[in-house]
Amino acid sequence: MTREILIDPITRLEGHGRIHIFVRDDGEVDRAYLQIPELRGFEAFARGRRAEEMPQITSRICGVCPMAHHMAGTKALDDLYRVEPPPAAKKVREMVYDAFMIEDHALHFFFLGGPDFVVGPTAPKAERNILGVLGKVGLEVGGKVIAVRKELRGLIEEAAGKVIHPVFGLPGGISKPLTPELRDRFAEGAAHALELAQLALRLFREVVLANPSYVELITSEAYTHRTYYMGLVDERERLSFYDGHLRVVDPEGRPFLSYDVHDYLEHVAEHVEPWSYIKFCYLKDVGWHGFTDGAESGVYAVAPLARLNASEALSTPLAQEAAEELFATLGGKPVHHTLATHWARLVELLHAAERMGELAADPEIASPEVRTLPTETPTEGIGVVEAPRGTLIHHYVTDERGIIERANLIVATQNNAARIALSVDKAARALVHGADVDEGLLNQVEMAFRAYDPCFGCATHALPGQMPLIVEVRDLRGELIREVRRD
Amino acid sequence: MSKPKVAFYWCASCGGCEEAVVDLAEQVLDVVGAVDIVFWPVALDFKVADVEALADGEIAASFINGAVRTSEQREIVELLRRKSKAVVAFGACAWLGGIPGLANLRTREEILAEVYRDLPSVADGAMPREEVEVPEGRLHLPRFDEDVRTLDQVIPVDYYLPGCPPPVALIAQAVTALVEGRLPEPGTVLAPDVALCSECPRRATKPEDLKLERFVRPQEIVADPETCLLAQGLLCLGPATRAGCGAPCVAANMPCTGCMGPTGRVRDQGAKALSAIASLIAPSDPEGVAKVAEQILDPVGTFYRYSLPASLLHRRVGTDGGRPAEPSEPVAAAGGGEPR
Ligand code: SF4
Repeated sequence: MTREILIDPITRLEGHGRIHIFVRDDGEVDRAYLQIPELRGFEAFARGRRAEEMPQITSRICGVCPMAHHMAGTKALDDLYRVEPPPAAKKVREMVYDAFMIEDHALHFFFLGGPDFVVGPTAPKAERNILGVLGKVGLEVGGKVIAVRKELRGLIEEAAGKVIHPVFGLPGGISKPLTPELRDRFAEGAAHALELAQLALRLFREVVLANPSYVELITSEAYTHRTYYMGLVDERERLSFYDGHLRVVDPEGRPFLSYDVHDYLEHVAEHVEPWSYIKFCYLKDVGWHGFTDGAESGVYAVAPLARLNASEALSTPLAQEAAEELFATLGGKPVHHTLATHWARLVELLHAAERMGELAADPEIASPEVRTLPTETPTEGIGVVEAPRGTLIHHYVTDERGIIERANLIVATQNNAARIALSVDKAARALVHGADVDEGLLNQVEMAFRAYDPCFGCATHALPGQMPLIVEVRDLRGELIREVRRD
Repeated sequence: MSKPKVAFYWCASCGGCEEAVVDLAEQVLDVVGAVDIVFWPVALDFKVADVEALADGEIAASFINGAVRTSEQREIVELLRRKSKAVVAFGACAWLGGIPGLANLRTREEILAEVYRDLPSVADGAMPREEVEVPEGRLHLPRFDEDVRTLDQVIPVDYYLPGCPPPVALIAQAVTALVEGRLPEPGTVLAPDVALCSECPRRATKPEDLKLERFVRPQEIVADPETCLLAQGLLCLGPATRAGCGAPCVAANMPCTGCMGPTGRVRDQGAKALSAIASLIAPSDPEGVAKVAEQILDPVGTFYRYSLPASLLHRRVGTDGGRPAEPSEPVAAAGGGEPR
C-alpha cells in the first residue's frame, strides 16, 4: 500500500459519510470504502414507548421524509391492532402520501440531482447548483417548482396537521376527515403537479436525451450494476407507493420473489460491517457474498429505478407511457444504469400526480367515516411503504398494553447501502490511476451518490445537498501530500 | 450599509429544522433578502475557514439546531459562539434535547447491542468499532458520545426558538428582530410566554375546574373535533406547553405532545407537565389517584418526550430498569482516532 485517499465531505456536512480509498503500489485502487460515521439508535429508545406514538417518534428519524416514517408507522399500528381503516381513511392517507412523494421528488430533481443533468455534468462548477438550473430552465420554471412545492406542502399540512412531522396517523384510520373543500384543493394541486411532471419530463428529453454524450454517460459501465431489484406492487403487480406486497426481480428481470411484508424476515437480512454504522441489507434467499453484483450476490436495489424494474406496470396511463419510453430507450427491462434513476424519478413524479388526481376525484374520499376503533389486544405489527428513497419497513412487538418491546426498522437507504458502496468502489477504480487524483473522480463519485438520493439522514442525518468534496492524499505516515477540492 | 450576517448550523438533528428554513426561504423571501448568510453548510457553499476568518462577534446571529453528540459538532458551535453576537438554540433538540434525546434512556452499549446484534433482521458481521483492520489497511469510525446534550450544556446560548420544528412565522419574527438589533433579554425564549391553551381554538370548551376520572389513548375514542381534548380524557399537554405554534396538532384533532417546550421559568418540562396533569385527577384518595395515574403509560416518554437531556433526570431513570438518575458530566472529547 503506497497511499490512502480520504474523501471527507464531513469537512462541511458534519458526520455524513466519508470515502476511504486504499491504493496499491502500482497505483491502482485496492478498495474504496464508504463509511457512515453516525448512529442515533431509535430502535433502542423506542422500547418502552406507547405504540401509538411511534408514527410521531419515528418521523424524527428524518425531517426530509417524515411522512414516509409516519405512514409506515401508522400502517404497522393497523396491523398491530388488527384493524382495517375505513376506505376513506386509506384513500386520504394515500393521496397525502402522493402529494409528499411529488414535492420530495421535485425537490430532488430540480434542486439536488438536477444540476448534474439539466446544467450538465461537464458544466463549470459554479453553475452546477440550483442557480445554474434556474439559468438553464428559466426563472419561470423555477418559480413553478417553488410554487407547486409550496402548494402541496400547504395541503399536506392541512390534512396531516404538520408537514414536517405529521400527526394524523392512528391505528384504524386518520385523526380527521377530509373536507370537500380541501378535497377540491387537492384536485387543483394534483393538476398543477401533473403539469410540473410533464414539464420536467419534457426538459429531460430536450436537455438530456437529445444529447448523445449524456446518454452515453448514463449507459456507461462505470455506473452499471447488475443486481436484484425490490419494490412494493399492487395485486396486479403494478408499482405502488402506499400498499401491497413486495416483489423482487433478478438481474435478468425475471420474477424472483413475491412476498407478504409479514414474511420480510425470511427474505431480507442485514449484514454488519465493523467499519460503518450503516447496516447492509441483502436477500437472504441468495445470501451475503460480499460487495459484488450479479445473480450470485444477494445485493439488491430499491428506489425509483428499482421500483420500475420490479413492477410489471404503472396503473396510470401517462406514467405507463413514460416508463415504456424509458425502457425502450435504455435497452429494455431491467435497466441496470444507476444514473437512469433520475429519469425513473420523473416517471414516478408523473405517476404520483396522476394518482393524486384520481384519488381527489374519488367521491368517497371526503366521507366523514375515517376511524375504525381497535378492539384486539396488540402483539405484533408490520407496516411497509415505498419511501421516495425506497422500501421502508416498520416492525413493532408490544406487550398486551401496547407498549413497545421491540422495534425493527428497515430504512430505505439501508436497502441500497451495499449497492451504493459498490458504486463508490467502481467509480474509484475507474478513475484513480497512478498518482493523479483529478476532479473527475470527485464529480463522478458525487454523481454516483446523488442518483440514489441517499438519505443517510435515515441511518444518520444528512440532508442530501450540494456535496462539497475534499480529497486528501496522505502518505503511509499519514502526512498530507496534496489536497484536491471540489467546492 | 452591509447586511447583517447570519449563520445556520445543524448538529444531531433530523433535518426538519433545515427544511423549515427552506420553507421560510420559499415563503418569506424578504426576510432572507435582508440578511447576508455567511454559513449554511447544508445548502450553501461556505467553509469553516470562512467563519474562522471573521472577526469575533461579526455574525449578528447564529441559529443552531440539533442536540450535540460529537466532538466535531462541539468545535463548530464553539467557533460560532465566538464569532456571533447572539446564538439562538433553534428547535426542540437544541433547546431541550428533543426526541433523539430519549436515547439518554439507554447506554451506548445497549444501543450498539440492540442495533447491531439483537434486532431480528441482523444476520451476520461484526459490531462497528472505532478502529478496524481491513485487508487493505486501517479504518476509523468516530465514537458517538454517551450522552445527547442540549446546546446550552456546551456553549452559552442567548435565545431559544422552540418547536419541532419551529413554526415559520416565529423564525421570521426572530430573524427580523435580531437583524434589526431589537435584542430581547438574554435567555429569552422567542415565543409567547403563555400556555398553548390560551391560543387554542378549543379553549372555550375547557372547563375551569376540569377533573378527570380516566385517561384515554387516541386510538380508543373518536375525539370530538370541537371539544377540548383534555376534557375528553386525552393527554393533551397544552396546559404545560408554550404557545406560538397555532395548535396545528389540535387542529388535526390530535393532542399536543409538548414540542414547544415549557413556559416561563419552568426548570423541568416533564415535571411541570406531570404535575399539571396529575392535578386534574378527580379522586382525592391515594388509592383512587393511583388507579387513574396508572392509566398514564410511559410517563417518561410522554412528559419528557422532547426534554429529557435538559431535565433534572438528564439520563436514565430508575423505573427503566437502569441506574438511577445522575448528573451529567462533561463528556471527554469523542472521536477517538478519527482521521481529521
Ligand atoms: S388542553 Fe389541549 S385541546 Fe384543551 S384547550 Fe389546551 S391545547 Fe386545546
